[in-house]
Amino acid sequence: MSRPSRARAGSHAPLPLWALAVVGVCFLALPLVALLQRAPWRGLGDHLREPVVTEALRLSLVTATGATVLCLLVGVPLAWVLARSSLPGLPLLRALVTLPMVLPPVVGGAALLYALGRRGLVGGPLHDATGLLLPYSAWGVVVANAFVALPFVVLSVEAGLRTVGTDHEEAAATLGADGWLVLRRVTLPAVVPSVATGAVLAWARALGEFGASVTFAGNLEGRTRTMPLAIYLELQSGRETAIVLSLVLVAVSLLVLVPLRDRWLPG
Amino acid sequence: MSAAAVPVLDARVGLTVGALAVDATLRADPGEVLALVGPNGAGKTTVLRAIAGLAGLAHGHVRLDGAVVADPAAGVHAPPQARRVGVVFQDRRLFPALDARDNVAFGLQARGRSRADARAEAERWLSRFGLGARADARPHELSGGEAQAVALARALAVEPRLLLLDEPFSALDVQRRSEARAALLAQLADFDGAVVLVTHDPLDALVLAERIVILEGGRVTQEGATVEVVARPRSRYAADLVGVNLLVGARIDAHRAAVEGTGAVLTVAEPLPADDVVLTCRAQAVALFAERPVGSPRNVWAATVGAVEGDRDRVRVRLDGPVPVTAEVTPAAVAELGLRPGAPVWAAIKAAELAATPR
Repeated sequence: MSRPSRARAGSHAPLPLWALAVVGVCFLALPLVALLQRAPWRGLGDHLREPVVTEALRLSLVTATGATVLCLLVGVPLAWVLARSSLPGLPLLRALVTLPMVLPPVVGGAALLYALGRRGLVGGPLHDATGLLLPYSAWGVVVANAFVALPFVVLSVEAGLRTVGTDHEEAAATLGADGWLVLRRVTLPAVVPSVATGAVLAWARALGEFGASVTFAGNLEGRTRTMPLAIYLELQSGRETAIVLSLVLVAVSLLVLVPLRDRWLPG
Repeated sequence: MSAAAVPVLDARVGLTVGALAVDATLRADPGEVLALVGPNGAGKTTVLRAIAGLAGLAHGHVRLDGAVVADPAAGVHAPPQARRVGVVFQDRRLFPALDARDNVAFGLQARGRSRADARAEAERWLSRFGLGARADARPHELSGGEAQAVALARALAVEPRLLLLDEPFSALDVQRRSEARAALLAQLADFDGAVVLVTHDPLDALVLAERIVILEGGRVTQEGATVEVVARPRSRYAADLVGVNLLVGARIDAHRAAVEGTGAVLTVAEPLPADDVVLTCRAQAVALFAERPVGSPRNVWAATVGAVEGDRDRVRVRLDGPVPVTAEVTPAAVAELGLRPGAPVWAAIKAAELAATPR
């Protein structure tokens, strides 16, 4: 639907503003157009069936989903602590949670190596005790992706918890419900939209992760070579496959926007 | 009531919220409805929250049926779950994701009843409150009155000993409040615990409560039987609050009722809604005359001036006689009519100024 009043108000905006806005739109759209223009549409079906594409896509979907599950598992409780508890160090904890969003991913990957690597702070004793080794495995990709994606779940769910408030939790308490029942039947159902938003954002972030993943888990074909890594590699050797892989990621990203359209794509 | 009866609620609520220091003593006996009234920001809701266990005490105590549930000096603070206190919040707080049936069943399940059992019990409650057909409705589909009834059913279903009602009628317009009061009386008919009713509407207190506690600035400024507080308001707020005269009456015919105690007959403009009624009229609506007035007023009687009190703006004149009411007049009228205790005076109330509410 058009909104006449808003359109009229917009048309009165000064011309330079319009011009710069158009530049902004071009800046966002041009790379996508270039990608589409270079795409090998004729042989697309064959390219999509190439093992390098299917293998990277499969690995990306599996590790991004695994990372999202991991993020939900620890992120929702963490969000609850941030929103509901009154611990003394909460501002510090919130800064720590936000850190992966601003930290260069490659630094995150290096830090993960020192923590969970073969000779890492926790990874060393863990390897000695169980033989488990995270780096250069698909699990390593999951861990690296979860590290960079966790803030999206925590911040989204924390905001959701603050928005719904404690009114209904109080009502449930006066009815005799203990903390667990309140959480299960009152609090969590109320924040389902925030959890879903956080999960979708975290999944999209994990899907595109490059730096932390390549630093911590390496670039092993079939084990840790996800879509972004495969794209970079194919691009280095100048093959069309890089464009096909990129198009696949663009398509997946657009699909991710669909469940979020109520929030971000009104109308 | 025996002298040894243990009150359901025996509390001294002492805590500070923001700039307000609350220190209020409340007591409610089994079967009693206590009205907690006061201006906005007096601490009424804070007192309720402390009794329910949603806020901690700084000092004082809360005893329910004689058992201590809060006593900071002894380090006791039972959580809300461990107190048999039902709360109907001002904003009702029905669980939006659950239908009416599951809202009522929630507390029963929390207290260990099976899902099927709790739902069956919830449906009985809804039927009792005339909402049997609304069991599947979500809170956002319920009308204000329906949501209020579901919230009350939810609170009563877990069989509390004390029921706290925070401004139960605040969302309703004047017309609907009278019906809602009558409905509440019916809904509470089987409840043998005590009720604390927070309200800012004097009629709520006058119609529903046996006793009134007036809270101002966190302190109790007056407490007593409803009729007592109405007869002798001690603060300016209390006088404003009960600037309404309250008479208990019995129907004679469609438009006439006999005042309890004296048998004086009063005529009302609207048909009486029930056999037993509370007749109310504003103190300003009681007119005083030196001679018997001629003309329109339907209710005219000879009275004797009881107490006269007030300030330079207005004076409250207590009338003894067949219709015990208070008139509010100007200081000029006091001088003109020679209103001093013991003086004879004629009083009149127009039929249209008398409102009747079912008891």
